[in-house]
Amino acid sequence: MRGHVALGLVAALLLSPPAAAAPRTHVVVIDKMKFGSLPADLKAGDTIVWENRDIFRHTATAKDGSFNVDLVAGKKGSTLLRNPGAIAFSCKYHPGMRGVLQVAK
Amino acid sequence: MTAKLCLLAAASLLIGTAAAAGGPTDPQIAHIAYTAGNIDIDAARLALKKSKTPAVREFASEMVRDHEAVNQKALALVKKLHVTPEQNATSEGLTKHAAESRTKLEKLHGKAFDKAYAANEVAYHKTVNGALKTTLIPSADNGELKSLLETGLTLFSEHQKHAEHLSASLK
Repeated sequence: MRGHVALGLVAALLLSPPAAAAPRTHVVVIDKMKFGSLPADLKAGDTIVWENRDIFRHTATAKDGSFNVDLVAGKKGSTLLRNPGAIAFSCKYHPGMRGVLQVAK
Repeated sequence: MTAKLCLLAAASLLIGTAAAAGGPTDPQIAHIAYTAGNIDIDAARLALKKSKTPAVREFASEMVRDHEAVNQKALALVKKLHVTPEQNATSEGLTKHAAESRTKLEKLHGKAFDKAYAANEVAYHKTVNGALKTTLIPSADNGELKSLLETGLTLFSEHQKHAEHLSASLK
């Protein structure tokens, strides 16, 4: 009986669909008038924490309007990446600071 | 030991000669950078007092905010490095020129003021960025000062672009 139960459990484990990877949090540092390196393995559902270590106020503003994080010097803010795609963003105060987030499904 | 002392003496002589013969010294650079920042803050405060145009006011607020941040950092740095900013011909020239510009700007109103302020900001940032690139950054001896000046150059280049857009939008 026990053997059956155990077998049943193993079967159930094997048959159940693979669990989706849990959403992750990635940090992007802003310093010296630059966005730091952007995570390469972003997925929809992940969160970006923008950490402004610069002495200036900056924003991370999506070109498509999906997010706009305004950070005074030394502050952090987060963005939930709801949808996949390439999201261009920049600092609205210093538009030369920009990047593109590549978000997979 | 003697060899080390000789090397140190030679190094200090070289540095001393470079400073005397070439560009400004770190205390002079600090004074020039701080003065340049203050001049732009003053001009921005005048714009906030005189202009009612949202784009001009937004630009001026950004100038106050960013230049104050650089100057605070510069003050903290000179304190940390025990450097006393030293007045020099370049910073005196900047101050004199700024006073003349201010006198002209104060007499203007409305659209004429906006245009003159924006044009002045374009020219001013061009001059300061040129000085940073060709003289101040190459002459800076201390690494932290050099790094702050480099960040300043990136920031002021953004300001120059912003001023150019503002100036073009006011025509």
